[in-house]
Amino acid sequence: MRALFVALFMRDLRLTLRRPGEALLPIGFFIVAVALFPLGIGPEPQTLRTIAPGLMWVCALLATMLSVSQLYAADHADGTLDQLMLGGQSALVVAAARSAAHWVLTGLPLVIAAPLFGAMFGLAPASIAMLALTLLLGTPILSLLGSVGAALTLGLRSAGVLVILIVLPLTVPALIFGTGAVAAVEGGQSAAAHCSLLGALLIFSVLTAPLASAAALRLAVE
Amino acid sequence: MKLFTFAAPSRFYRLSGRLLPWLWIAAAVLAYAGLYIGFFVAPTDAQQGEAYRIIFIHVPAAWMSMVIYLAMAGWAAVGWVLNARMASMLARALAPSGLVFTLIALWTGAAWGKPAWGTWWVWDARLTSELILLFLYLGYLALTEAIDDPRRADRAGALVAIVGAINVPVIYFSVRWWNTLHQGASVSLTGAPTMASAMLLAMLLMTFAFWAYAFAVVFMRARAIVLERERDAAWVQGLTTMGHAA
Repeated sequence: MRALFVALFMRDLRLTLRRPGEALLPIGFFIVAVALFPLGIGPEPQTLRTIAPGLMWVCALLATMLSVSQLYAADHADGTLDQLMLGGQSALVVAAARSAAHWVLTGLPLVIAAPLFGAMFGLAPASIAMLALTLLLGTPILSLLGSVGAALTLGLRSAGVLVILIVLPLTVPALIFGTGAVAAVEGGQSAAAHCSLLGALLIFSVLTAPLASAAALRLAVE
Repeated sequence: MKLFTFAAPSRFYRLSGRLLPWLWIAAAVLAYAGLYIGFFVAPTDAQQGEAYRIIFIHVPAAWMSMVIYLAMAGWAAVGWVLNARMASMLARALAPSGLVFTLIALWTGAAWGKPAWGTWWVWDARLTSELILLFLYLGYLALTEAIDDPRRADRAGALVAIVGAINVPVIYFSVRWWNTLHQGASVSLTGAPTMASAMLLAMLLMTFAFWAYAFAVVFMRARAIVLERERDAAWVQGLTTMGHAA
């Protein structure tokens, strides 16, 4: 089981590295979307500082959702997914490996890019660190939930929009605790409660989301 | 009669056909009585004047929107676990009604908020969670409508409904927490400690009217789904030939 997980995970990384342009698309979206906000709202530093954490969280959310809808699509289209399932491989391991690979390829770059924008929006160093930490805890939740949506909408027309509609309401708690932690640091309070709750959400998602993804995958290929 | 007697679509079809007229009558009579008491008998509120009377539609609609989501998730889970077709069809039939009640609750809430708070919308915990409930209904409906194969649509919908139902408490408490932390609009709806008995009676009557309406309209929708899915079954074809003969 572990061998299969590692094999699938490495395969995803290798496939993506052969086409690095595609892997950079979500982070490109994130950068462009975040950069549009000062242009739309105005260069007022105080306003930008207030909205920066929420803005970056929402953009990270959207970047994840945009990329996650294609999570199983290629494997489904060329029959790899059917072969994996026919070969008696556990759908659970497939779902877990793909979610993990998705996080490494899109979530992690977002965590790395966020501090740069934090500085551009005038956040204090402590807030930037907290923003990166909450994204580190939060983006895996987004990848895991997104994987459920991607498996559910596998092979459907308009799958991309459907994933967003299905998954976004479920990501509300992660968004609230993630931005709340940064706001707490900005306000000079402890962010421990927010981070604990975000961590609890992460554990809960790790335990339940792959099960739901696996059930949806079995449904899609049967 | 056994527990699963009405799990057979044909038996459900016959039973619901017999119940439907009574449900519609109950809904109409209860709504008439409830609206009459609510609008003409219940006293004027000391603080809010006549505007509060929208409560008789707003609160039952909000209750129904939540109850129906749980009922939908419950039937969807039964349909998934026991592979019961009728349960899945009921779950599918419940969703549009739940969406409508959520919309009514939001709409009447906005209409009530304008005179009571001076604004159409505040990002209050209850309003925000009701809005997210609306999104959950939309996601369920969009997914089930997008899948052509009814079996896969039922199961995929069941997954979304169950995941949503598990998340509803988490979403509700996180939104409440968010709201208290941000201390935006400190509006509390619990400002009516004692309710005149006529108000309570009107609210109860309207709640029962909404229940009866929900049962009636969900049964009608479920009957339509049964007919569509079982169109090749002998008993459905029997219905049409009888119809022609009569």
